[in-house]
Amino acid sequence: MTAAARTPGGAPAVAFQGVEKRYGDAVVLRELSLTLPAGQTSAIVGPSGSGKSTLLQLINGVLKPSRGRLEVFGAPLPEDLPAFRRRIGYAVQGSALFPHLTVWDNVTLLAQLEGWAPARQRARFEALRELMQLPADAAARYPHTLSGGQQQRVGLCRAMMLSPPLLLLDEPFSALDPLTRDDLQAHFERLAAAEPVTVVLVTHDRQEALRLARHLVVLEAGRVVQAGPPEALAAAPATAFVEELVRGGP
Amino acid sequence: MSRWGWVLALLLTLSTVAARSSAAERPIVVGSKNFTEGRLLGELLAQRLEAEGFTVERRLGLGGTLICYQALTSGEIDLYVEYTGTLREAILPPGQAPGVAGLRAPLGALGLELLPPLGFNNTYALALAGPQARALALTRISQLAAHPTLRAAFSHEFLDRRDGWRALKARYALPQSAVGIDNALAYQSLEKGQLDLTDANSTDGELLRFDLRVLDDDLQFFPEYQAVPLVRRDFPAAARAALAPLGGRLGEYTMRRLNAAVAVQGAPFAAVAADYLAGEGLGLASQAGTEASAQEGWLSPRGARIVLRTREHLQLTGLALLGACLLGIPLAVVVHRRRRLARAVLYLAGLAQTIPSLALLALMIPLLGIGAAPAIVALLIYAVLPILRNTLTALLGVDPTLRRVALAMGLTPWQQLRYLVLPLALPTILAGVRTATVISLGAATLAAFVGAGGLGEPIVTGISLNNTALILEGALPAAALALLAEWGFEALEARLVAAPLRRDPLAP
Repeated sequence: MTAAARTPGGAPAVAFQGVEKRYGDAVVLRELSLTLPAGQTSAIVGPSGSGKSTLLQLINGVLKPSRGRLEVFGAPLPEDLPAFRRRIGYAVQGSALFPHLTVWDNVTLLAQLEGWAPARQRARFEALRELMQLPADAAARYPHTLSGGQQQRVGLCRAMMLSPPLLLLDEPFSALDPLTRDDLQAHFERLAAAEPVTVVLVTHDRQEALRLARHLVVLEAGRVVQAGPPEALAAAPATAFVEELVRGGP
Repeated sequence: MSRWGWVLALLLTLSTVAARSSAAERPIVVGSKNFTEGRLLGELLAQRLEAEGFTVERRLGLGGTLICYQALTSGEIDLYVEYTGTLREAILPPGQAPGVAGLRAPLGALGLELLPPLGFNNTYALALAGPQARALALTRISQLAAHPTLRAAFSHEFLDRRDGWRALKARYALPQSAVGIDNALAYQSLEKGQLDLTDANSTDGELLRFDLRVLDDDLQFFPEYQAVPLVRRDFPAAARAALAPLGGRLGEYTMRRLNAAVAVQGAPFAAVAADYLAGEGLGLASQAGTEASAQEGWLSPRGARIVLRTREHLQLTGLALLGACLLGIPLAVVVHRRRRLARAVLYLAGLAQTIPSLALLALMIPLLGIGAAPAIVALLIYAVLPILRNTLTALLGVDPTLRRVALAMGLTPWQQLRYLVLPLALPTILAGVRTATVISLGAATLAAFVGAGGLGEPIVTGISLNNTALILEGALPAAALALLAEWGFEALEARLVAAPLRRDPLAP
């Protein structure tokens, strides 16, 4: 089953229509109309404070739009948000693993709550562990005994445990040294190739965006200034920021 | 269960405890304050009633005037011996007509009556250490004005009352300043030369034991303190008749001698009372009276007594802690996301902590009676602050990123609490419960003031009798319990708290 097949009629995985998000008088996102294609990786790029993380948290209903329409999987967000969110993987900068749980419990917590049979949990965990090249004894270890890169990979395993059709990544590769980041990006590419998943990646790193994403969304000061495949953006950059993003040095 | 469910369950538990004390067929309940003479007179009245065939329940050693008075007016006890001066100064509004007769009308308005006075006047007196009295040739209170360096310490009640130290100091123009001290401790300090002057009662048996000189009240400052049984108007006529022969029978010398028999010679209250009644021809023909009063705890063999008191102590502390956890932890969970509310709740809990324990107990007697219920509620009120505060601190300390991830990955609010927030908060919550436990184990001694037993019973009795062995009989098991509690919590922490949190609560 592919992610696109799970979305009725091949519709986009996520569609914003005239969405605005404000906190009191401060408008964080304005007139956001945007679709994110199913089955591939989109990168939300923009300087800090441009509203990237806010956009991501609207998708899983952690934040609510002040105005406008938002559809995920071809429908508005349902009442039962916990069940809805379990179909959306989520990984953040610094991994945010639960420190009191072993790697096994961190990764399989949702599967346990969903009532998966132990054998099914074990099989899925092992598949992800091998894909992410985590040590064989990782399951019983606590997060603080792992390296930063390993913790981040465990975070990706946790996000993918239930094979969600949609994966949200909030700068998961930041705050790592360049070598570890490169390694982790490679792991992510293996994962994205192996799993039929739509990915929305928030990043402020242009190289990362260009390496991992086939669809770019450029945010500046709460507005989408341009969206599309990197080649299209390179052909006609809408702003100086976009130009620097797609044409800048290596 | 909702938060109101918890509160309801707690109230039900408490009311069950309260109901147990009032369910049985009603005997006559004799109360007393928690000092030697009060207890002895309580025992005397009780045995006199038993001699005439009444069933008597003893509630002796209640924590002072206010508690006895509240217990009487709320029907928890049926009589206790009060003093006319105390009624005048501590209970009734000022300006009553003099003498016992002058008190009948205002007490009647409160639904209370005085039985005939017992015969002695136990007024306040100032006692000076013998060596000082002889060296300075002091016999009268007015002479103290010339010796400002004399060290004075008085009972807290004497320091506070309208007819106490401040008025005395003004009347005699005394230069000394004074600190508060327990009466029995004051005598010991006087004997060791750490103190020169304290307040005493004129019938105090201790006056026969120590080298003390009672100073003449040469300006007749101290009012009359006639001992007189105080009852509600509905006190049965047959019981009045049974007590009538005691009227006017006890003189000051007799009372001092009886007090000394207990406080100085160490005879049990029940035996002293029985001997006196027998000598006056007012006791039981057989020794049944003495045996019946053997329920007075400190007569039974020491080991069994300690076990019983320890069990009572644990019950009081355990119920109070359970209540405090059931109240404090859910309350913290409910309010911790609302900063203003959380702060208000903390302030309130802190405020409750500052209420003096006796005042708190007195406030609760009209609602909960005497016995275990008010003691448990008072302990609960003191225990809830550390639990509430630590739980709040712990909940607010959970990394917001972890909370956001738990929410975003699809955990329900209950699951976020169960799998993330509470496990992370657990070490700090446990530390709060541990603090509350140690506080409660100590504070549970106050239960003795409302007749709830516990290890405070031998401590309070021991202090009033100046009996160190008896004090230790309560204090040592209490200390042992505190130590056991510390070990217990260490074991509990090792079992409940995840390994990384034990190693370093700040681990990423």
